[in-house]
Amino acid sequence: MAFKDTAGGKALIKNLWSDNPVFRQVLGICSTLAVTNLLKNTLLMCGGLVFTAGLSSLTISLLRNYIPKQVRMMVQVLIIAAYVIIVNIFIRARFPDIHKTIGPYVGLIITNCIIMGRAEAFASKNPAWPSLLDGIGAGLGYSLILVFIAIVREALGFGTLMGFALPFRDIWWYQWTIMVMPPGAFFMLALVAWFGNAYVLKKEGGAK
Amino acid sequence: MMNLLVIFLAAAFTENILLARFLGMCSFLAISRQMKTSVGLGFAVVFVTTFTAAINWLLHTYVMVPLGIEFLEFIVFIVVIAAFVQLVEMIIERFSPSLYFSLGIFLPLITVNCAILGVSLFMLNKQGFGFWESLVFGFGSGIGWLLAIILMAGIREQIKEDKIPAGLRGSGITLIITGIIALAFVAFSGMIK
Repeated sequence: MAFKDTAGGKALIKNLWSDNPVFRQVLGICSTLAVTNLLKNTLLMCGGLVFTAGLSSLTISLLRNYIPKQVRMMVQVLIIAAYVIIVNIFIRARFPDIHKTIGPYVGLIITNCIIMGRAEAFASKNPAWPSLLDGIGAGLGYSLILVFIAIVREALGFGTLMGFALPFRDIWWYQWTIMVMPPGAFFMLALVAWFGNAYVLKKEGGAK
Repeated sequence: MMNLLVIFLAAAFTENILLARFLGMCSFLAISRQMKTSVGLGFAVVFVTTFTAAINWLLHTYVMVPLGIEFLEFIVFIVVIAAFVQLVEMIIERFSPSLYFSLGIFLPLITVNCAILGVSLFMLNKQGFGFWESLVFGFGSGIGWLLAIILMAGIREQIKEDKIPAGLRGSGITLIITGIIALAFVAFSGMIK
């Protein structure tokens, strides 16, 4: 059986593209959109997010038969919070400079709707291995879009990528200040949502 | 006194929690379709941010720092917020059942509304905030969110009948309008130095 036909593989691919949470519903952008004006910060945040999404899905799935129904949400939030604390300590130790600017946003991974959504919709009903892949897939699918937004914003706003100057920066370049500012992120995300929606509509239209 | 006013204005306008920091977007996008629910959720957010910021400040200053367990702040904050939201939910259910039903799923979701946790985390990031500063900061942030969602709901009710490209309908057009509102709010940044 090919990997993409297993339950876990299917979940991973589905979250990555066809059911991408940002494309379809614009969910969970809160915590990470704010750091998308620099690619480096975005990659770090996305790494933390994939880590948290994967491992919290795994843990929730392993514990799914022991968690009482009534306090389910609370337990899930606490599990997610525990992993975010690990991410936070790691970033503070390894990247102290970046931590100063993105510090509070790391904590906000806890309230990212995607992680919570996957925990509730998938991990609490499925075995461990598919849940892990499902979480990772959701995290990666989401990172894909944010990294794209970050590349555009940093290139247009600062003329750099990962802090290195782009070749055209010295020859011809005009700073798009708006891309550095918050409105730039809203406009970029609107474009992404537009393309995502148009793509989905077209596919559905074609299926009819 | 002056200082508190500056904190309030900064939190509500120049550093608007939604327009400058992107927090609380999920419920913003989903709820701003209707004016009535927007106002209801907005006030619930104001109420919750104000009190959770104050409670979290007290816990952080008098419990976590003396014990040296600041690394647990995420967990403590989220538990405080969840407990508080539960309380608000019971109060709204008791006094305004119609609002309770129209808010539906979004009341418990305030717990995972990034704006609430964000306010508490940003509050710690500000150096030298005392109790009143934190309370005012929480209140100002909540008011900023309320303001943003009311503006958005008003605009969305106006454009309901307009012709919008199919792909942009829903979240797309909302995000573009949010961007324009955010652009307008950037103009406030000269107000406070």
